Amino acid sequence: MAVVSTRAGRLGNRIAIAAVIVVTLIFLSPIYWITSTAFKPLVLATSVPPTVVFEPSITPFVKLFTKRAQLTTPVDPAVYEAAPWWEKLVLDGGERLSRDGRGEVVFSAYPDRFANSLIIAVTSTLLAVSLGTITAYGFSRFRVKGEADLLFFILSTRMLPPVVVAIPMFLMYRAVGLNDTHIGLIILYTAFNVSFAVWLMKGFIDEIPKEYEEAALVDGYTRMQAFFKIVLPEAATGIAATAVFCFITAWNEYAFALILSNRRAQTAPPFIPSQVGTGLQDWTVIAAGTVLFLLPVAIFTFLLRNHLLRGMSFGAIRK
Amino acid sequence: MTSLITTLDPRSRAASRGWSDTTIRNVFVIPTVAFLIIFNVFPLLYSLGFSFTDFRASSKAQVNLVGFKNYVDVLADPVIWRTFTTTLWYVIVSVTGQFVVGFGLALLLNRPLPYKGLLTTLLMLPMMLSPVVVGLFWKLIYDPSWGILNHALGLGRVAWLSDANLALYAVAITDIWMWSPFVMLLSLAGLSAVPKHLYEAASIDRAGKLYTFFRITLPLVAPILLIAVIFRTMEAFKTFDIAFVMTGQPAAELISSRLYKMAFQQWQTGPSSALAYIILIMVLCITNIYVKYLNKAKER
Repeated sequence: MAVVSTRAGRLGNRIAIAAVIVVTLIFLSPIYWITSTAFKPLVLATSVPPTVVFEPSITPFVKLFTKRAQLTTPVDPAVYEAAPWWEKLVLDGGERLSRDGRGEVVFSAYPDRFANSLIIAVTSTLLAVSLGTITAYGFSRFRVKGEADLLFFILSTRMLPPVVVAIPMFLMYRAVGLNDTHIGLIILYTAFNVSFAVWLMKGFIDEIPKEYEEAALVDGYTRMQAFFKIVLPEAATGIAATAVFCFITAWNEYAFALILSNRRAQTAPPFIPSQVGTGLQDWTVIAAGTVLFLLPVAIFTFLLRNHLLRGMSFGAIRK
Repeated sequence: MTSLITTLDPRSRAASRGWSDTTIRNVFVIPTVAFLIIFNVFPLLYSLGFSFTDFRASSKAQVNLVGFKNYVDVLADPVIWRTFTTTLWYVIVSVTGQFVVGFGLALLLNRPLPYKGLLTTLLMLPMMLSPVVVGLFWKLIYDPSWGILNHALGLGRVAWLSDANLALYAVAITDIWMWSPFVMLLSLAGLSAVPKHLYEAASIDRAGKLYTFFRITLPLVAPILLIAVIFRTMEAFKTFDIAFVMTGQPAAELISSRLYKMAFQQWQTGPSSALAYIILIMVLCITNIYVKYLNKAKER
């Protein structure tokens, strides 16, 4: 880094700081835009010209979770008064909530899809990280025949284009009845992530000095005890980082989910765009669903910030 | 073997009861490799078989062997050639864009800055998001009438995503927005690894800024930049979600979307398996190059 001491240098640095701030704002503006749309009243979401300043409302989130129908006649004032605040928000927008036979509010498909995403991403992450960690330990500590080739093979399975793999998977899953099941997607995401987990965990385990385990072995631990009591705790940070990466990948995955699920096990990524049909659509509701879906990833990105480089380079580049 | 008493003594247990290193290695490595063979290699062999037949997954008609006909047909199909050319152009535009923006950002950030950690993390956000959802909300941004982009730039009703000349670039811009931070991240790592004494020596020699940049910075950062570029090339070549959800414009159709339509909308299982194999071989070639450079980076 250049030593900044001259007057021109200091000025250059100020310009650079200003430029960085401007660029960061430009980069964040699309995210701001979708987030603000999620808090807009319906008429402002697609207003011409676009509305930048408005009074935020949480109506889109109420609508996101419920099934609604257009009001054909003005709502009865008594019914309006009796309605809870969130139902009033919907009534104000000219819609009523759909209710089932017992008068319970009917939920939209969104919570189900969100839950599917959660179940599939969490389970496949646990499996991929467990398998990945022990395999990485095997590669890191023992001599494996054809190690370089095996590691290339493992990584290459991660690099395959999803649609290419999905063609035979669809046929195989159809033959054994795994299409549109949670277990089918869990297996597939595990297979997709385990290769990544092996590469990343191998880097983390390579960094733990072998001497720790050797000392434990001398103290009478078995190899397995040394692995569980010495190596795993030492690798805890790496395991956590790997898990977050695997979770994000599974959470964001679209192509496999689109092809191998359609209803029961459908995750949020294929569901969210499927709401955009032809004709009139409620962008505020789509935006609300999008924001809720992106929120976990945004939080994880902050937790993961010191490991991003490592994860993105499959463990090859460390800070 | 061991008696009950000795099992209580950890020292002798280690010697006689614990799994041998070979067993542990096999138990740790073999399941993953077997799992990957079952769920990645086997399906691909399965579809290799289909690529030589006229099989249609949507019908129960008799399946016939057709030899290399599917491969010949696919390679003779002008639509597939068009999507290949489109994909190639898309890769060039989007990877170049990511390189310029990402490396530029890294040069800007490579100095002591207040809240540098926070700024870099915020810049990193786009690449962590789901591509399909990103594509979806950029559709709102690009909308010709109520989209913010046309208004912010003072353009009229530019129909970014339905115009045959613009759609591909619109998708590439979104991809550049998403992935420039990746190039930035790797470039920053490369820049911070350049030994400071080289710059000191250059300033003692009164070397100019440009000279220092081209003779010191660039050559030392080049290996890591290369990794970033190869990786992004590979990923851009495979692009499916973002383009698929953003535009239906035929002029912007990428090879993965073509494959998806052939396999799951027209149900031409045989020909689409053949096309899948052609794509697969191309991707494996790039992967091979990528891994070579990754391993080189590791050794440094």
